[in-house]
Amino acid sequence: MKIAIASGKGGTGKTTLSTNLTALFAETETVVLTDLDVEEPNSGLFIKGELVKEEIKYKMIPEWKEDTCTLCGECQKVCNFHAVIQLGPQILVFPELCHSCYACSELCPTSSLPMITQRMGLLKQFENKNISFIESRLDIGQEQAVPLIAQTNEYVDKAFNKNTVKIFDAPPGTSCPVIEATKDVDFVILVTEPTPFGLHDLKLAVETMKELQKDFGVVINRYGVGNDDVLDYCEEDNIPILAKIPNSRKVAELYSKGELVYTELPEVKKELQNVKNYIINLKNNN
Amino acid sequence: MKIAFTTKGTEWESEMDPRFGRTEFILVYDDEKDEFTSFDNREIENEAHGAGPKTSQKLFEMGPQVLLTGNGPGGNAATILQKTGMKIYIGAGQMSVKEAFEAYKNNSLKEF
Amino acid sequence: MKEIVVISGKGGTGKTSVTASLAVLAGNDAIVADCDVDAADLHLLMKPIVEKSENFFSGVASRISEDKCTNCGICADVCRFNAIPVINNQHTINTLNCEGCGYCERVCPIEAISMHDQNVGDWYISKTKIENTLVHAKLGIGAENSGKLVAKVKNEAKRLAEENNKDYIIVDGSPGIGCPVVSSLSGANFVVLVTEPSLSGLHDLRRVYELVKKFNLKAGCIINKYDINTDVTKDIIRFLNEESVEHIASLPYNENFTKAMTFGKTIVEYDQDELKDLIVSSWEKIKKLANSN
Repeated sequence: MKIAIASGKGGTGKTTLSTNLTALFAETETVVLTDLDVEEPNSGLFIKGELVKEEIKYKMIPEWKEDTCTLCGECQKVCNFHAVIQLGPQILVFPELCHSCYACSELCPTSSLPMITQRMGLLKQFENKNISFIESRLDIGQEQAVPLIAQTNEYVDKAFNKNTVKIFDAPPGTSCPVIEATKDVDFVILVTEPTPFGLHDLKLAVETMKELQKDFGVVINRYGVGNDDVLDYCEEDNIPILAKIPNSRKVAELYSKGELVYTELPEVKKELQNVKNYIINLKNNN
Repeated sequence: MKIAFTTKGTEWESEMDPRFGRTEFILVYDDEKDEFTSFDNREIENEAHGAGPKTSQKLFEMGPQVLLTGNGPGGNAATILQKTGMKIYIGAGQMSVKEAFEAYKNNSLKEF
Repeated sequence: MKEIVVISGKGGTGKTSVTASLAVLAGNDAIVADCDVDAADLHLLMKPIVEKSENFFSGVASRISEDKCTNCGICADVCRFNAIPVINNQHTINTLNCEGCGYCERVCPIEAISMHDQNVGDWYISKTKIENTLVHAKLGIGAENSGKLVAKVKNEAKRLAEENNKDYIIVDGSPGIGCPVVSSLSGANFVVLVTEPSLSGLHDLRRVYELVKKFNLKAGCIINKYDINTDVTKDIIRFLNEESVEHIASLPYNENFTKAMTFGKTIVEYDQDELKDLIVSSWEKIKKLANSN
C-alpha cells in the first residue's frame, strides 16, 4: 500500500503531515516513510532512528578518453544539453547538465566517451521500532532529481513487503519530480491551506493527479485561518477531504524545533486519526 | 591583446550586459589593431539550460585574454573559462563598454 | 533603474506576500516580475488584467511520423527514458517521459522522427489593481521552470522599465538553488532574502546565500515569524552578521499575514499596525541599500 503526500507549492505542511502520520501509524503497525524530496529532504529532522543501511546512488555520464579521440566534434553536436563541449584540443563533460541519454557515447566513431558511474546522491535507511525511514539526498550541485527518486522507489519496492503501509513525502510543485514520485502509488494526499494561494496551487496539483489518473484526497492544513473556498472547491469537484488540521501557533513552534505535533495537540491527533482510518479502509478494500 | 565584453550592443557607447551566459552580445576589442569584433549571442534565448557553457565556448573561439562582465559566470561556465586561462573581471554590469574598459585600465574592477 | 530580487530558498516563508507588499509600496515607480513560476501566486494579490499574452516554448520532444515509420524499433532500443512505447503495433512518443535528447532522431534510418519545440506555458504582461505593470507566466502540467523562462520574464520587465523610465524592477524570485534561481539573480542590484526561524529555514537560507555570494550581490534579510523560535532567530542573525548581510527586519508571527491574503490583499493594504509599519520601513531600507554603492 503506497501513499504519497504532495502539494502544489512548498511550505504547506507536507513534511508535518507525513512525519506525524507515520508516527501515528507506528503506534499500531509497521510503517515505512520515504522522503522523496531529494533536493531538500527534511523529514529526518522529525523522525529519528538507528542508521542501518547506506547506499551511494549513481548516474551514468560519459568520460573522455583523450588517447583515442580524433576531436571530430560529433559528441558536442549530438548533445542537446550542452553537457559535452569541445574546447580547442580537449573535450569537457559537465555531469550536472548530462541527462544520461548515451547519445555522445554510443555515436562516438572511436568510442572515446565510455559511460562511467558518477555519484549523484546518498540513500539512508533508519529503523526506529515500527518505523523504517528512508531518505535520499542529492549531492550539492546535482540538479536532476528524477533519477534518484526512481532509484529510491525501486529500493523501497525491493526492501519491503507489498502490504506494508508506505508513506512517501513527495517533492513540491507539479513538475517531473512530483510525477516520478507519485506515478506508482495507490493514493495521493494533497496538502493545502485554506487561502487563495493554497487553493490556486491545489487546483494545479489536482489537474496533475487527474492527468496521471490517480486517486487522491485533500488534507487542509492551518484550517480556520483563511476562508471556505478550498472546502467549496473540493465539495463541488467531489474530492474527499480527509482531515482539517486546525491552525495554531503551537504547530509552527513545534515544527520550527523539529518536534512532532500530534503528541502534544489532541485536536491534531484526532484529525490525523481520520487520515489513518481512511488509509486503513483503502487497504482493506484493496 | 584582446579584451572581451558582455554587452547589449557593439559600440564603445553600448551598455554592458550584466549577465554572462545569457548576454546579448560578446564584443571583443583588439587594442593592437584598435578594432572590434562582435558576436550576436541573442539566440541563446532559445536554450532552456546550459547557456553558460555554450556562451563560454563561443567566447573561447573568439580568443580574448581578458573578459569584462557584470555578475560573473555561473559554475559550469566558470569551469570552462578557467581552463582557457582567461582573466575575468566583474562588476562592470551597470557601465557602458567604454566605462568598463577605463575601469579595467585603472584596475578598479574586481577579479573573479 | 535598480533590480530588486526577493528569494527564500524554501517554500512557505512568506516571500510572495512580502514581494507583493513591496510592489504596492513602490507603486508606479516599479515594474513587477513573477519568476516563481512553479507556484506563481503573486497575481492572486496583484489582481492583474492581462494586456498581452504569448505562448512560451522551452525544450524539445520527439515526434514520430507514423506514415513513414517502419517500426524497426531502433529508436526504442536507444531511448533510455522509456519514452517510445509500442501502442497498437506502432512506435509512439510518450511526451511526459521524453527528455528531448534527440538520440532517436539521429539513429532513425529513414528520418521518420523529428524534434519539436515544446509549448510549456504562456507568459503575460498585465496591468495590476494599482495600475502598475506585472510580467508573469503560467506553466502547463509536468513542465519545469527554467533559466530560459525566468530570463524571458525578467527581460520583458527590464525592457518595460527602461521604456517607461521606472526606478525599480521588483522580482519574485524562483525557489531552490538550481538554474531558475541563478537566472533570477543574474543582473540583480539587490537581493532580499525572506526566511523563517525553523531548522529547515536556516539551512535553506545558507544554501541559497552561497549563490548570492558567488555572484557578489548585495543582500538583506527579512526574518518572518521571528518569535516562533527565538533561538533559531538568534542563529540567523548571527549568520547575517558573519556574512555582512543587512538584517532588514524581523516580522512577528501575525495572522494578519494570512488574513490579508485571504482577502486578496497585500499586508500593507490590510494591516494598519505593526506589520504594515515594519514593511513600510523595510521598503525604505531596501531602496536605500539598492541605491547605495
